[in-house]
Amino acid sequence: MHADDAQTGLRLHNVSVRLDGRLLLAIDCHIRPGSVLTLMGESGSGKSSLLDFIAGHLRPDFKAEGRVVLDGEDLTARPAQERHIGLMFQSPLLFPHMSVLQNLAFAIPASVKGRLLRREMAEQALLDVGLAGFGARDPITLSGGQQTRVALMRTLLAEPRALLLDEPFSSLDQSRRAGMRKLVFRLAKAKELPVLLVTHDREDADAAGGMIHWLGRDDPGNGCTDKAQP
Amino acid sequence: MIRQGGKPDVPSVLIALLMAGPVVAGLAGTALPAFGYLPVLGFETFSLQPFQALFAEPGLATSAWISFSTGLVASVLSLAIVLVFMAGWYGTRTFGRVSRFLSPILSIPHAAAAIGLAFLIAPSGFFVRLLSPWMTGWDRPPDLLILNDPDGFAMTLGLVAKEVPFLFLMTLAAMNRPHLGAYFKAGATLGYGRMATFFLIILPQIYPLVRLPMLAVIAYATSVVDVAEILGPTTPRPLAPQLIVWMNDPDLSMRLMASAGALLQLTISALAITFYLVLEKFAGIAFKSSALTGKRFRQDRNGQIASLLPMLLILVLMALSTGLLVLWSVAKSWWFPAAFPQVLSIDRAVNAVLMAGPALSATLTLALLSGVFATALTLWLLEARGFRKKRDSKKLKMLIFLPLLLPQIGFLFGLQMLFLATGLGGTLTSVLLSHLIFVFPYAFLALSDPWNRLDPRYEKAAASLGISRSMIFWKIQLPLLLRPVLVTLAVCIAISVGQYLPTLMIGGGRIETVTTESVALASGGNRQYAALYGLLQLLVPLAGFTLAALIPNLVHRNRSALQMRG
Amino acid sequence: MIRTITIRLALLVAMLVPGAVHGQEAEWQSVLNAARGQTVYFHAWGGEPRINAYIQWAAREVERDHGVRVVHVKVSDTANVVSQVLAEKSVGKATGGSVDLVWINGENFASMKTNELLAEPGWATTLPNWDYVDVENKPTVVMDFTVPTDGQESPWGMAKLVFIHDGARLAEPPASLEELLDFAKANPGRFAYPQPPNFFGTTFLKQVLVSLAPDASALENPYDMTIAAETFGPLFGYLDELHPHLWRRGKAFPKDASQMRQLLADGELDIAFSFNPGDAAGAIANGELPPSVRTFVLDGGTIGNTHFVALPFNSSSQEGAKIFANFLLSPMAQTRKQEPEIWGDPTVLNVGALPAHEKALFEALDLGAATLKPENLGPVLPEPHPSWVGALEEAWKDRYGASGG
Repeated sequence: MHADDAQTGLRLHNVSVRLDGRLLLAIDCHIRPGSVLTLMGESGSGKSSLLDFIAGHLRPDFKAEGRVVLDGEDLTARPAQERHIGLMFQSPLLFPHMSVLQNLAFAIPASVKGRLLRREMAEQALLDVGLAGFGARDPITLSGGQQTRVALMRTLLAEPRALLLDEPFSSLDQSRRAGMRKLVFRLAKAKELPVLLVTHDREDADAAGGMIHWLGRDDPGNGCTDKAQP
Repeated sequence: MIRQGGKPDVPSVLIALLMAGPVVAGLAGTALPAFGYLPVLGFETFSLQPFQALFAEPGLATSAWISFSTGLVASVLSLAIVLVFMAGWYGTRTFGRVSRFLSPILSIPHAAAAIGLAFLIAPSGFFVRLLSPWMTGWDRPPDLLILNDPDGFAMTLGLVAKEVPFLFLMTLAAMNRPHLGAYFKAGATLGYGRMATFFLIILPQIYPLVRLPMLAVIAYATSVVDVAEILGPTTPRPLAPQLIVWMNDPDLSMRLMASAGALLQLTISALAITFYLVLEKFAGIAFKSSALTGKRFRQDRNGQIASLLPMLLILVLMALSTGLLVLWSVAKSWWFPAAFPQVLSIDRAVNAVLMAGPALSATLTLALLSGVFATALTLWLLEARGFRKKRDSKKLKMLIFLPLLLPQIGFLFGLQMLFLATGLGGTLTSVLLSHLIFVFPYAFLALSDPWNRLDPRYEKAAASLGISRSMIFWKIQLPLLLRPVLVTLAVCIAISVGQYLPTLMIGGGRIETVTTESVALASGGNRQYAALYGLLQLLVPLAGFTLAALIPNLVHRNRSALQMRG
Repeated sequence: MIRTITIRLALLVAMLVPGAVHGQEAEWQSVLNAARGQTVYFHAWGGEPRINAYIQWAAREVERDHGVRVVHVKVSDTANVVSQVLAEKSVGKATGGSVDLVWINGENFASMKTNELLAEPGWATTLPNWDYVDVENKPTVVMDFTVPTDGQESPWGMAKLVFIHDGARLAEPPASLEELLDFAKANPGRFAYPQPPNFFGTTFLKQVLVSLAPDASALENPYDMTIAAETFGPLFGYLDELHPHLWRRGKAFPKDASQMRQLLADGELDIAFSFNPGDAAGAIANGELPPSVRTFVLDGGTIGNTHFVALPFNSSSQEGAKIFANFLLSPMAQTRKQEPEIWGDPTVLNVGALPAHEKALFEALDLGAATLKPENLGPVLPEPHPSWVGALEEAWKDRYGASGG
């Protein structure tokens, strides 16, 4: 393991989340670029709160400790906007008042100048996921799978340095999940992104192929040290 | 928790000051003169003399009793009509139709509704005309004490007709929550009748959200001025309009007595609210114990029909009243017992509208400005609190609703003195400020729910894309909430247009709106003018609500997720 | 056009008086100069759309000719204006007051006068159009409810209590207070008077008081508590008898004269009254009353007075206010005011003494069939001293106003 290795990727340093003084979870983890950590646990185990903490959305009634370090930078005190962490939810959450193309263009960083260029990038993103020509469409007219693909591209166009996935495949039909999983993990790997996947579907974990961490369980096979249990 | 993370929560502090400041200052400005202290007018010693003078006034007890009884009865009756109707018809097609008709009625200002109602039920009014002389045998109006009756029945009716739509929409908003339909099904599955299900299962869940508006209704109804001026008794008047008379007496020492009277008004409204809370407690116990008996109340068809009648009656009354406003506004001559005007004249109506120009423009200016300010402040507050991930704190909510829970007259007296002393009295700015105090709570009421219901993950998704907070607000939250924001704006406009007392008192007569005009004309001799002003009063909010419904459809015309359904 | 002639004539008249003439003319010119660009807040009762329209017309004329903007602040009760100015005085606001000109008379004027809320005496008689005012035959233009005006208010119009009835329903109206009582007894619910302290309601009380008081001359002096009971006695005796037969049995009252007129139009009432002899004709022309309506007065005369405009001491646009007051006195404004369709309010000017052209304006007026000829208006009963009014209103309120039925 190089010294650099420890610097890159997403590190969760002794992170613990509490609600009303009750410890929800504690974790200490390192996700290397291009690798996936799958977090599994029952509902109420604090998975979503952990994602909120990492992405910078935790509500003040939750108390969290520990640090979030991405590529050597401590993000813990940064606002969500400046963390460069992409987030995908159970539902695609395309902005309903924008067209598909507008949704994508909205995500491209402002440093990319020129209407035409931004448009081309968005079109290219659609082409990449087999949705060429869908740009002018009202998002609601797309199928669930199509919407998820747009949402993925929207997340990636913002040039994130890490990816958090909050059960992004659960709203899809069984038949479409495999394809979508393959697409997401392929693109994440290609972009060398550390990925944290939260799910309770074992197949998701298997498809991700990385470490699996069971929240609230403390056996030797567990991906990270779980500090919740002594 | 005003401070957090080192940075002060500016909007919360500001709103708190804006709402509580005038109220507290106004209350102090009312309380001091009530105890004889009003240095600007040369009264510098504290005494109980104002109270002695007040209690020596003939008819004071009657005035106070009318205020208490009409206000409380009107409020409780309104809530009962609304809840019973909800219980009987929620989710049915009839319910859909009724709610479509009730919403526009909400936009009718109190004064206009009262004027229309007076046209309808007076002994020379439309109902009697319709039946005379062929059925009643009357070729002259009967000498019946219908309007301005000493017990305040007409006034109570006027209040009920206006408060029912308000409480209806408040209850409807409270019922806008997930799984409600499932609870109805659950009740039915357990064998409970529809109405029993509502009262035993649904109401306990939604009532906390209805309570605050209900308390506001009681505070308003026990201290109403404009409706009382038009429909209320005069021998003696209810307390609030009587206070206005005293306040304007050339004998300045009467102001001290009026201030003492304003404290009495506060007490009466507080008593009415307390009485209601006790009533509420008993009702709660009754429902609970009924729920434990397991009685199913399966046969509630008759109750259902009975629950529809008062609602329909109000709809018909208000529809006819509005129709009469239209008819009278173009009637030049309309002698009893004709059911339709003999001479119609558009000329005079047009003329009157032209003459109403200044009042109309003042009305629009006040309505638009207070609407925009109140909506913007609400958005600012919600966005800032959302950013801080704060839930609506109960304290802040109470503060925001404080102006609605107190009788206006209780602190407007003091506020008037304050403005007078600062030389701001009678300016558009001071009137705007006074409108804002009453408009803002409604803006918050109308907007906080849609705002809090907006999926927070949109904001999270956008923030994770690196979008700045202001961009998220302007490009995501505002467009997604365009419809509720515009509806809020329309609500604000309706509330501002309806403000009679603040305009009258803070404006000192210099600021005239169609509402102050129409109340002044309502009792006067020219029904055509009264009707016209009443109509103008109604058209402004109606235009607001219409635009609020149309604009989002236009802006989001290619986005079916944001189109209004149904 | 007529107006410029009027002004020229006024100047001409002024020039015929030697001595101070040039001084006066120059003084008025300086008023005209100072007034240009001023805004005058004219506080005037606003319950009658016809009068409001008339004021708007006058405001337009003055703005066009003299660059003075007049804003009609519509008040529901002139007492409010008095209290407003009084409050300003108490706060020490000696200039820049919110009221520049107020429509006023009677107790409100007396109240402003005793509280020293009025501009310096004599300004009214310096107005160019003052010369036409009929001081000789209309003594009330300088004696407002027995209080000398001292040139602190400028007369605007004449008022006299007249009764209105619908000839189609009531052919023979009562001719005296006794007959009125008999009428009410025979036709319960068909007579009413507005609730005091409304101006018209109080006027009706005063009519009865002046007619029935054992010693009417006592009413010309300030209120005297020692004789109040005996003075009010006959009045309340009369009212006690009348009230059970009033409209709504006296449990509710019309708010003002215009509501009473509306009730007459509806047929709820058979008799209404007005302070304006031309009111009925105007209302007929407007379609507010049927054409069969006529005017009548009571034997022995009815209360009459003059209404004025007055300048508060702290008016911020004194010059503009004077110009408006002067315009209201002009023959053109006064004839227009007397036209039944416009307002129907009688003039304060001495028509006989006007130049031929102006006189012709008045002679051309068609007062309508519903208006009594000046000679049929009957004698004018004097107003009681204003200090009686407050006591009268209090006594009425104690007796009837708080009974709750």
